[in-house]
Amino acid sequence: MPARLANILLTVGALVAALAVFGVFAGFAGVSPVQVWMLLFKGAFGDWFAWQNTLQRAAPLMLTALCVALPARAGLVVIGGEGALVLGGLACAALAQALPLPQNWLGLVLCCAAGAIAGGLWVVLAGTLRQWRGINETISSLLLAYIAIGLFKHLVEGPLRDPASLNKPSTHALAAGLQIGGIAGSDVHWGIVLGVAACAAAALWLHGTTGGFALRVVGGNPRAAQLVGLPATRLVLLACGLGGAAAGLAGAVEVAAVHTAANASLIAGYGYAGILVSFIARHEPIAVVPVAILFGGFGAAGSLLQRRLGLPDASVLVLQGIAFVLILASEALRDRPWRRQPAPAVEAAPVAAVVSP
Amino acid sequence: MSQQFNRRDTLKSLAALGAAGLSPLAFAQKPITVGVIYVGPRDDYGYNQAQAEAAAQLKKLPGVKVVEEENVPETAAVQKTMAGMIAQDGATLLFPTSFGYFDPHVLAVAAKYPEVRFAHCGGLWTEGKHPKNAASFFGYIDECQYLNGVIAGHMSKSGKLGFVAAKPIPQVLRNINAFTMGARSVKPDITTSVIFTGDWSMPVKEAEATNSLADQGVDVFTMHVDGPKVIVETAAKRGKMVCGYHASQAKLAPQAYLTGAEWNWLTAYNTFIDAARNGKPHPNFVRGGLKEGFVKMSAYGPAVTDAAKKQADAIKAQMVAGKFDIFKGPLKDNKGKVVIPAGKVFTQTDLELEKMDYLVEGVIGSVA
Repeated sequence: MPARLANILLTVGALVAALAVFGVFAGFAGVSPVQVWMLLFKGAFGDWFAWQNTLQRAAPLMLTALCVALPARAGLVVIGGEGALVLGGLACAALAQALPLPQNWLGLVLCCAAGAIAGGLWVVLAGTLRQWRGINETISSLLLAYIAIGLFKHLVEGPLRDPASLNKPSTHALAAGLQIGGIAGSDVHWGIVLGVAACAAAALWLHGTTGGFALRVVGGNPRAAQLVGLPATRLVLLACGLGGAAAGLAGAVEVAAVHTAANASLIAGYGYAGILVSFIARHEPIAVVPVAILFGGFGAAGSLLQRRLGLPDASVLVLQGIAFVLILASEALRDRPWRRQPAPAVEAAPVAAVVSP
Repeated sequence: MSQQFNRRDTLKSLAALGAAGLSPLAFAQKPITVGVIYVGPRDDYGYNQAQAEAAAQLKKLPGVKVVEEENVPETAAVQKTMAGMIAQDGATLLFPTSFGYFDPHVLAVAAKYPEVRFAHCGGLWTEGKHPKNAASFFGYIDECQYLNGVIAGHMSKSGKLGFVAAKPIPQVLRNINAFTMGARSVKPDITTSVIFTGDWSMPVKEAEATNSLADQGVDVFTMHVDGPKVIVETAAKRGKMVCGYHASQAKLAPQAYLTGAEWNWLTAYNTFIDAARNGKPHPNFVRGGLKEGFVKMSAYGPAVTDAAKKQADAIKAQMVAGKFDIFKGPLKDNKGKVVIPAGKVFTQTDLELEKMDYLVEGVIGSVA
């Protein structure tokens, strides 16, 4: 579809413009822009090491972005994915601590399922408050995230604490059989596969099933959806549940693949980064994948930029900020006819008439 | 720029000397690339700044190249940063400085790169359990907090001291206890009110805690959070006095700043660099206090009285001479339970102190 192609070109153009502006910015900071561009590329996508770095950073973002994207398609702005993520991680660790799970893929699946359920229920709570009590889901999901983090810390530093974790309160570590390893000897863990699969499944559901279509109708016009007999509330809660489950799964994967136990290091802002990813992907699950990889690349490149040029960490935030603003600005150009059309000439006259006396 | 060229030239000449085998000294000064990783910003007037100040000193050493990265979270990101410093920058000695980096991140990366040395700040390296190329270093900064307490005890008029802390974990409790005991060695009825904010960097809560303690009559503050800036500034604004922590915050409140407990990480950094450059075994467990030069006190502020200085300096001299033990029996916790029986003395190196889980008599607050 040419329109879709034009939209992709627009986003790519915005990114290129962001890189150009950032080059000028770096120039003012006394660093060669060409060197900056080369390091950005080298750090993010330059070689296999850079790709592993980028993909590993991208993995949790795909899942947390879905926590924004899916409710968004039902017309909700949910920004509390961080809460679902930490509770997902906690549920994963708590289940392994509470029950003697089989130390194989089955136990791991159960742990991940526990994480997904915990995250899903948490976001469903925000959806419920909206559907039945009329509470704005943006505010409630954000506030629920703070409650989730409080709950997380209370349990990790209290009842679930491994007494051996002296200066870094943690739950008991997952048994080796329950941990997620790298794919084929690389540093990239299976979380990225789960992320891509979840995005693909969400895209298929949204665009290939009647359920997904119904959800999009609810998101487009809830009144109309109800008029044609769609179960709007149920669909909204479903979208919340699936989105929350994705974020909860992200937390469980972080625990099983990276931290091995639930502790405060899990609260690293992935849930909030997912909001940016989803908005830039225009809440399109399949677009979440490349956008998450781009953000992973920003992180990886920023790391190299700091080490090679001694730039502060904030410089990458500047690049992200410029990119985000330009992508949003490019929205204004979206769906415009590409060929210039004759401007309506009549309008100028009356305005001039009013001004002249 | 010119500095960089100089360094490069020095490197070249040193390498040439080493290659030619002209002097054993040149061989000993093998060039090395060192990576330093911070969890927060390098200019936080606190934990990270203390590390960054030592790293800045390292950069001045001939043959030492330093690569740094700040704001690295305790996630897979730090594993990639460590691997990147090794693979992309050629670092052979890493200083991951945040406590949370150790388990599992440093341990995981150390296992993958057995030829690279890792020196982690704060962890508890254990023989047989952790890889030989990993290490942990830390300083007995409770000695400085004890001296902070002595000064605070002299300066306080209300007899109420305030301690804003992050989490009730052993390293923090040890500081609160030492500070309180230092103050009570001056006036036995002094109390320290402690507020835990729940995390290492919570500027809003830290300000609230400071204000609330000031409202309760506290007139000297100290803290154990990553960036003491907010507490120092808030306390000074309220007309109260402060003892600093991590790095010197004297610049933020020159009048209110009494003294402070500072890290001197250069000593620890040099220990590891010397071992690495001379091909000696990696020192796995490195600890030290005032005596070893791992920690130091900030210069006294203008408000500190001579009597206070005199007593603090006398105790400091005893500490440097290795004749002063902070934690010795009989010692009761703030619930009246005896935690160290009479006659029992814990020296600073005692691992029992790294498991501290109580607040001593005179502290108002609770660990749970």
